[in-house]
Amino acid sequence: MGYTPEGRDDALYNYFFHQGVQVSVPAILALADGTVFKGESVGMSGQSVGEVVFNTALTGYQEILSDPSYCRQIVSLTYPHIGNTGTNPEDDESVQVFAAGLVIRDLPVVYSNWRATEGLGDYLQRRKVVAIAGIDVRKLTRILREKGAQSGCILAGDSIDDAAAVAAAREFPGLQGVDLAREVSAAKAYNWDQGSWSLADGFGKPADAPERPWRVVAYDFGVKRNILRLLAERHCEITVVPASTSASEALAYQPDGIFLSNGPGDPEPCAYALDAIREFLQRKIPLFGICLGHQLLALASGAESLKMKFGHHGANHPVQDIASGRVMITSQNHGFAIDEDSLPATLQATHRSLFDGSLQGIERNDRPAFGFQGHPEASPGPHDASLLFDHFIKLMAVARS
Amino acid sequence: MPKRNDIKSILIIGAGPIIIGQACEFDYSGVQACKALREEGYRIILANSNPATIMTDPGTADATYIEPLHWRTLAKIIERERPDALLPTMGGQTALNCALDLHREGVLEEFGVELIGASRDAIDKAEDRERFREAMKHIGLETPRSVVAHSMEEANQLQGSIGFPVIIRPSFTMGGTGGGIAYNREEFIDICEQGLAASPTSEVLLEESVLGWKEFEMEVVRDRKDNCIIICSIENFDPMGVHTGDSITVAPAQTLTDREYQIMRNASLAVLREIGVETGGSNVQFGINPDDGRMVIIEMNPRVSRSSALASKATGFPIAWVAAKLAVGYTLDELGNNITGGVTPASFEPSIDYVVTKIPRFNFEKFPQATARLGTQMKSVGEVMAMGRTFQESLQKALRGIETGINGLSTMFEGGEIDAGEIRQQLQQPGPERIRYLADGFRCGMDMEELYTLSRIDPWFLHQVGDLIREEQALNDASLDNLEPSTLWRLKRKGFGDNRLAQLLGNTETAVRKLRLQHGISPVFKRVDSCAAEFPATTAYLYSTYEEECEAQPDERQKIMVLGGGPNRIGQGIEFDYCCVQAVLALREDGFETIMVNCNPETVSTDYDTSDRLYFEPLTLENVLGIVACEKPAGVIVHYGGQTPLGLARALEAEGVPIIGTSPDSIDLAEDRERFQQLVIELGLRQPENRTARNPESAVALAEEVGYPLVVRPSYVLGGRAMEIVHDEEGLRRYIHDAVSVSNDSPVLLDHFLDDAIEVDVDAVCDGTAVVIGGIMEHIEQAGVHSGDSACSLPPCSLDAAIQDRIREQTRKLARGLGVVGLMNIQFAVQGKDIYVLEVNPRASRTVPFVSKACGVSLARVAALCMAGKSLAEQGITHEQVPGYFSVKEAVMPFIKFPSVDLILGPEMKSTGEVMGVGRSFGEAFAKAQWAAGDALPRKGRAFLSVRRRDRALCVDVGRELVRLGFELVATRGTARALDKAGIESRVVNKVKEGRPHIVDMLKNDEITLIVNTTEGKQAILDSYTIRRTALHRGVTYTTTMAGARAMMLALGEPVRDRINRLQDLHQELVS
Repeated sequence: MGYTPEGRDDALYNYFFHQGVQVSVPAILALADGTVFKGESVGMSGQSVGEVVFNTALTGYQEILSDPSYCRQIVSLTYPHIGNTGTNPEDDESVQVFAAGLVIRDLPVVYSNWRATEGLGDYLQRRKVVAIAGIDVRKLTRILREKGAQSGCILAGDSIDDAAAVAAAREFPGLQGVDLAREVSAAKAYNWDQGSWSLADGFGKPADAPERPWRVVAYDFGVKRNILRLLAERHCEITVVPASTSASEALAYQPDGIFLSNGPGDPEPCAYALDAIREFLQRKIPLFGICLGHQLLALASGAESLKMKFGHHGANHPVQDIASGRVMITSQNHGFAIDEDSLPATLQATHRSLFDGSLQGIERNDRPAFGFQGHPEASPGPHDASLLFDHFIKLMAVARS
Repeated sequence: MPKRNDIKSILIIGAGPIIIGQACEFDYSGVQACKALREEGYRIILANSNPATIMTDPGTADATYIEPLHWRTLAKIIERERPDALLPTMGGQTALNCALDLHREGVLEEFGVELIGASRDAIDKAEDRERFREAMKHIGLETPRSVVAHSMEEANQLQGSIGFPVIIRPSFTMGGTGGGIAYNREEFIDICEQGLAASPTSEVLLEESVLGWKEFEMEVVRDRKDNCIIICSIENFDPMGVHTGDSITVAPAQTLTDREYQIMRNASLAVLREIGVETGGSNVQFGINPDDGRMVIIEMNPRVSRSSALASKATGFPIAWVAAKLAVGYTLDELGNNITGGVTPASFEPSIDYVVTKIPRFNFEKFPQATARLGTQMKSVGEVMAMGRTFQESLQKALRGIETGINGLSTMFEGGEIDAGEIRQQLQQPGPERIRYLADGFRCGMDMEELYTLSRIDPWFLHQVGDLIREEQALNDASLDNLEPSTLWRLKRKGFGDNRLAQLLGNTETAVRKLRLQHGISPVFKRVDSCAAEFPATTAYLYSTYEEECEAQPDERQKIMVLGGGPNRIGQGIEFDYCCVQAVLALREDGFETIMVNCNPETVSTDYDTSDRLYFEPLTLENVLGIVACEKPAGVIVHYGGQTPLGLARALEAEGVPIIGTSPDSIDLAEDRERFQQLVIELGLRQPENRTARNPESAVALAEEVGYPLVVRPSYVLGGRAMEIVHDEEGLRRYIHDAVSVSNDSPVLLDHFLDDAIEVDVDAVCDGTAVVIGGIMEHIEQAGVHSGDSACSLPPCSLDAAIQDRIREQTRKLARGLGVVGLMNIQFAVQGKDIYVLEVNPRASRTVPFVSKACGVSLARVAALCMAGKSLAEQGITHEQVPGYFSVKEAVMPFIKFPSVDLILGPEMKSTGEVMGVGRSFGEAFAKAQWAAGDALPRKGRAFLSVRRRDRALCVDVGRELVRLGFELVATRGTARALDKAGIESRVVNKVKEGRPHIVDMLKNDEITLIVNTTEGKQAILDSYTIRRTALHRGVTYTTTMAGARAMMLALGEPVRDRINRLQDLHQELVS
């Protein structure tokens, strides 16, 4: 019942309560601009470099860490207490932690949640994530806001060299032009049938296939599990395929629709995917892209992408449906975007961010294809945009009839 | 959608007097609504009976009515002003209920007034317990198992299906009034009776107890396009079972994963949609089973609330301002987020990068007969909020800001042994100090599991408290000299105050501060920006913390800093916030940059819009010095926030802080009895005979010199804390033994008590040379009743002109003698032709807002400019305004919230709020004030008279007048005899101890409409206690003083519903 002594991060708890002395492992975060933050390690010792981005979501650190879109990014979480609810086997969004590192203000020693099975500290250790706590995270956010996303290096351990860390940060080549999708994508195709999570029943198995289930091929550029769950819940029979799967391989599954997943980094180098997408468009197969998938759909249709100053990473972004005027609060995680000015005549803007006016949604006016820049699958974040999945189903229904 | 053009004028109803459960947060929301709508060009009509509000300032609305909040008065206002719409969601439960009444009585329909902000059906669906439960069922959300009862009989029948413990919640009440938790049959019957009486629809909900579950609140805003956003989630430190207003609460929620948070978010949106809140803010409360996450909805409020004020301050998102705009047709995406200067829209969900902790402030010490246990009925009178980068920091800041004399998690067993048994009991049956008992639990080595089992406080919070105690214990062997800078840095980051560290290290606060600054450890200031720094904020809304980067960016303008009053408490309430806001507004207009410092989230002063720069900080020496070091203000005003900042004056001055206005030395001169006495003698004035006792024995001897009866009290107090009237040596000894500790540091003051004197309050402004009287107020209740609890009349209702002139003359002498620059308040007692000076306070007083409203001059503004160096002549303020109408202020008491507390008034202040009534005669004004305070004076029926011996002569007059007005009289034996002798007929009724049927039986049978009951002596008071308590519960008009009875006689025949006064017209009268 309730609290048990297991509800704590053992490594940290021992420091604080049993040894009586606080033994903390030092760590630093160095930015390419030369700023060095001194804190303490709350993960594995070692060095990690990546693009430093901040995320303003108040909940969902486990989902964020395990979101493949954070590949080669060091995530700084603006909410100061991270780890309050520990971690559990249900909330991972993929098979591993993809973020290159974690930056937080404070990791509480005792976590508390009825679903928790492991503390965040232990989770980070086990997954070999370098992480730093105790720094002025808000100062970091303001630097990133003013100067834009930049490279950084976390160095954790007993021998710390500020200059070496700054140098390592500067050597990080950045994400532009790097094809990360192929790196995080599944090696081979697999099927998915797990449904959404509910308080009463946990993860659902979709009901026995109704008369006409939707066969969907989902391109994995770094897909989050909750996307697949929301599709499964809507009676989709899903085959997840590697990023580089050719159109003909995908078409062999005779899909009713093609789903293009989210993923890390720059869409430009994913030319292989563009060919496949053009083929699907050619064949008028219903197509739905999220985040990177949305950008690829845009590129395949002739639009251009751009690198944003510090991107969108959070769970409170207002996105307006241009046609209805309705505002959805959405989850966002992207450092690249589609330039609305570059949209060809066949692409129509459907959604815009009310934070900065950037393009958030597109739809082909000649093909059953649409894309959304934010994350309608949420996880973490509000569920306001989940209706977009229904729109995909509708497109498949129309195509079939 | 842009704003509506089909409506031109809008009526806003305020919340009336400050009561427990409905405090100045509704002044904050009302003011925001007025601002938001007036800037759109709407004509705003405002009704509120509470003069101590900013919203009733003549400049806030186009037409202001300080009138009773009753549908009949409101109907008159509607008839005259013909508003197109009524916005009922800004004035708490009071305004919602008024709106429902106006609808029911057909007034809205008759005059074509549209309800905006919430429909009648939505209000009804949210407030009617049965409909709400049905609605939740309809959308598949769980509520605790419950049944609805409309009578005691029905309640008894249905209780079995719920079992014990059972929670009783009356419909259409706020702050849990009349409700409670019953563990047995007897309690059940008591609470149900009380609840059925409290509910205007005689309806109570009997609910399955979810005691010990985690409690959460979501603040939601929705617009007419169905855009829905969550402004803030709040988690209660205290689990279910303690009213959320009495709980320590934390924002944002700490112990929910995203999955659980989103379930709650979805449920909140579904609730608003189902209830039909189309535009505006609401809050939804949830209970969560800590063992399996099962979620139940507890309730929702379809209006702005105390927690929405908290959420606004916690996030920087102005819920009331936005809700008002939405009510007239805007949608969220059309509104800008003001805190970022409008670069982002209001249609987003604030993200915060700090932790907010709210701690309620209680006043149980004022009600010794009340049990200091918390339950479902709210009992706190105020709250403090603090922000920190961690929970520990915000918690410790809040503990320092609460001003109960603690500087952190101070032990409850100071100087004694820790009693584990006491701790266990206190953790299980929460009282106001539970968190300190929890800390003591850790101190004596109780483990987390035991503490959790006892308190059901979430382990996450428990550990945070435990860790602070571990840090404290680690200092046991340390001293300031061997404290590592890194340790000091860590402790400051965990929120330890300098004074706490000083106490733990056996040193002084000054020494800790010195060392800290030597090590270069000083606070930085971070901005509240609603977006976790994602966008630049243009607003200077700041809190202190210990980090690397400071964002204060002070500029070089000429700045004046105003120190606020901290959490509301009895004796220091909204009146002081009103004064602070006036000062800021006046100085801002005059070209100064203004800085506000306060930690009370309910107030207008902590609206980031009020001042140029807002520091949301505890009012402690450490925090104020930190801000001063950063801002370097040209002047600091300590005189407006009540005793809180005044208490800091000397220390601030010693640290070189430039205090403007009346000097700290003058403040001391007025507060130091001996120095003051000297001054009074020099000025040739009179004081009641008085002495200062520094030890118990000398007290007895000195008392003989002064002569009984005596007023006794500790020095340096506000609100009459621990003040008593003693009649003999025995009484004095008991007082010294029980109530106070007398020592050199805390002397006790002995004043001769002036029997049957009339007390007079004067507020005045002095610029150092010229003195202008603000107003002379004659108290209705005699000297001996705390001035804050007494009704008063402006101009005086019985004092002759010569006496008034002498009072004016004495006021001028005292102002100059003390060297006042700014506000001053003097209390006089008039006995026959003699005038005595009781007390002088060279600072803002509780009566300043009332006088300002009555006389049309904002004294606080005028005085603030005096402090900044502008003379009265330069301001064109040269003479006193004496209105041709009467204004009466009446105090509002919280007795209904404290079962078993006596209603007798005395020298200790007990009222929480005030109302004002205006009339052409004193009687009319008094009658209106009574009505506004919730007491519609009876016009006929049966009056019960029972008075102490020495009141019998006066009672005869009262009896005669009552008979003339058509009342039938009943009286206790002695009183009846006195009436009979004077030829007045009355029926004798038994006192309670004289056998049945007795007076309480008559009261319960609704056979009495008016009670005059004066009493003295312990036994007599005890004997008549049930009479007063029953009168309170049955809503029978009563008075416990002869002075009150006489005033009532003047008021009984007066029409209260016929005339309404527009404040702006009254003030116009004064000018012409």
